[in-house]
Amino acid sequence: MATLITERKRSALTRGRLPRYTPWVIAASAVVVSAALLSLIGFNVFGWAVLSAVLFAAANVTAAAIVEGRRKATDKLASSLIYGAFLVALLPLVSVIWTVLLNGVPGLLTPGFLSTSMNGVTGAVDNAAVADGTPVLGGVYHALVGSVLITLWATIISVPVGLLTAIYLVEYSAGNKFSKVITFLVDVMTGIPSIVAGLFAAAFFALILGPGTKTGFVAAVALSVLMIPVVVRSSEEMLKIVPNELREAAYALGVRKWRTIVKVVIPTAISGIASGVTLAIARVIGETAPLLVTAGFATSINMNVFAGWMSSLPTFIYTQIMTPTSPSNSDPSTQRAWAAALLLILLVMLLNLGARLVARLFAPKTGR
Amino acid sequence: MSKRIDVSDLNVYYGDFRAVEDVNITLDAKSVTAFIGPSGCGKSTFLRTLNRMHEVIPGARVEGKVLLDGDNLYADGVDPVTVRSQIGMVFQRPNPFPTMSIRDNVLAGVKLNSRRMPRSDADDLVEKSLRGANLWNEVKDRLEKPGSGLSGGQQQRLCIARAIAVSPDVILMDEPCSALDPISTLAIEDLINELKDEYTVVIVTHNMQQAARVSDKTAFFNIAGTGKPGKLIEFAETATIFNNPAEKSTEDYVSGRFG
Repeated sequence: MATLITERKRSALTRGRLPRYTPWVIAASAVVVSAALLSLIGFNVFGWAVLSAVLFAAANVTAAAIVEGRRKATDKLASSLIYGAFLVALLPLVSVIWTVLLNGVPGLLTPGFLSTSMNGVTGAVDNAAVADGTPVLGGVYHALVGSVLITLWATIISVPVGLLTAIYLVEYSAGNKFSKVITFLVDVMTGIPSIVAGLFAAAFFALILGPGTKTGFVAAVALSVLMIPVVVRSSEEMLKIVPNELREAAYALGVRKWRTIVKVVIPTAISGIASGVTLAIARVIGETAPLLVTAGFATSINMNVFAGWMSSLPTFIYTQIMTPTSPSNSDPSTQRAWAAALLLILLVMLLNLGARLVARLFAPKTGR
Repeated sequence: MSKRIDVSDLNVYYGDFRAVEDVNITLDAKSVTAFIGPSGCGKSTFLRTLNRMHEVIPGARVEGKVLLDGDNLYADGVDPVTVRSQIGMVFQRPNPFPTMSIRDNVLAGVKLNSRRMPRSDADDLVEKSLRGANLWNEVKDRLEKPGSGLSGGQQQRLCIARAIAVSPDVILMDEPCSALDPISTLAIEDLINELKDEYTVVIVTHNMQQAARVSDKTAFFNIAGTGKPGKLIEFAETATIFNNPAEKSTEDYVSGRFG
C-alpha cells in the first residue's frame, strides 16, 4: 500500500531562508529610519533617498549574512552594488531628458517653430515679442533642413565606403598585412576628435576650391570622416557572425564569390548592418564642432549642399546661446535653443527607433 | 548525367601541414562510394578537394590530379565555380539560407547565378527537386515559408534538393546524417539509393552500418598518429571491406577493435 504524502507546512528545504517579504520590510524600515535620522540634522529629499538606499543595502546584506550564510550575503551585496550603479548611471540621463523637456516644450509648441527660419528675425523682433508678450517668432526649419541634408550626404558618402571596406576586411583580405593596417587606421580614425575632422575637411576644400569654402557638402565630408570608422566596425562585426556554412553552401552550388556576398552574406547580415548605420547617423547628427568650421551659420533656408552656408541644429543651438539674436533680451533665443535641443534629441530617438524597426524588418524570417 | 572521378597522387596541405598523402582512387559513375575512418584521418578534407571546396580555407592547397571524366579539376585555368556547379555538395550540418523561403532555397543555385527562368519552369524544377529529395509531400503547402522553420532532417533533405536542383554530375555528402535522428537518417539513406540511378554519390560517414547499407564501394582512411598525414588504406567493394578486408587495420576498424 502506498501512503499518500501531504505537503509539509514548513518545508525542510526552506530552512535557513529568509521569508520572501523580508526585503520589503527592510526597505520600509530603512525609509522610516533614514527620515528620522535626517530630521535631526535637516531633511532633504536627495539625502533621504541616498541614506535609505545605503541603509537598505547594508541591512539586507547583514540579514542575509546572519540567516542565510556567506554565499547569499555576497549575492545580495553584489546585487546592491549593481542596482546602485545602474541608478547612478540613470541619474544624468533622466536629468538631461527632464531639463530639456521642461525648457524645450514651450519653444517647440510655439506656432511656426518647425516651419519658419530665422530669416528676418532680428533683435528688434525679439525685443518686441518680449515687450508685447506675443509668441516668439523665428524657427528652426533652416537648421532642420541643414541637419537632415548634411547627415544624408554624410551617409551617402560613408555607407558605401564603410560597407565595402568591411566586405574587403572580412571576405577578401584573409588577415593579410594590408588588412591589419586598415584595421589599425580605422581604430585610429574612431578616436579622431571631431574638430580635427572638421578642420581636415575645411583645409581639404580650401586647398582644392580656395580658402573659405563653407558648404553643406564640406560638412558632410567632415562628418563622414567620423562616420566611416563606425560603419566599418559595426558592419565588420555583422559580416563576421554570418556562419561560414552559408558561404560554403553557396560556393558548393557553383555561385561566384561576389554573388555569394551580395545575395547571401549581406542579406543575412543586413539587419545588423542597417542598425549599425543608423546608430552611426545618430552619432554624427549631434556633432557641432566640425559643422562650425565647415558649414558656417545661416539664418535662411538653403537647400543646396554644394553652395552657400548652411545651418544645422547643433550650430543653431550654439549660436542662439552664444550670440543671442537680441543681446539685451536673450530669453527668446534661449527658448529657441532649448526647443532645438529637444528636437535634436527627438530626432536621434526616432533614428534609434527606426534602427530597431529596420533590424526587425530585415531580420531573417523564422516560423513554420 | 553522371561522371566518374579518377584521383591520382593527391596530396592535400593546410599551409605546411600535409593532411592527406598520396591518394589514388577511382570513383565509378552511378555508384555510391563511402569513405570511412577515424576522426581527423582526412576523409572530409579529401572529399572537399573533389569539388575544390578545400581551397576556400585560407592556406589550403592541393597537389596531384583529380580527373572528372578525364578533365583535370586542378589544371591551369580551371574555374572552381565551374567545377562546383558540376559537383554538388551536402554538408554535415543542414545549412539552408535563412533569408530565403523553401522555394527560394531550392532555386538558390539558379537564382544566385541570376539565370532567368520562367515561373512555370521554376515551379517544375522546385517540384522535381523536392520530390527527388523525398520532401515534396511534407512542404508542398508551405513553399513560401522560411526554410529554417523545418526540422533538422527536413532541412538536410532541403539541402539535398538544393544540390540536385543545379543538376550536378556528382554529389558529395560530408556526414549528412550525423546531426539527424534515425528516422530522418533512414529517409536520407533511401534517398541516396535513389540518387545512385542518376548521380555519382560520394559519402563520408562515421556510421559503419550506414556505409554497409548505402555504398557499393568503401574506402578506408587512417592516420599513423597525431600530426601525421591521413592515408587511403584500402579501397574495395563494400562487402569485401566489411567481411574480408585485406589490411589488418581495416579489419580492426570495421570490427570495432580499433586503437
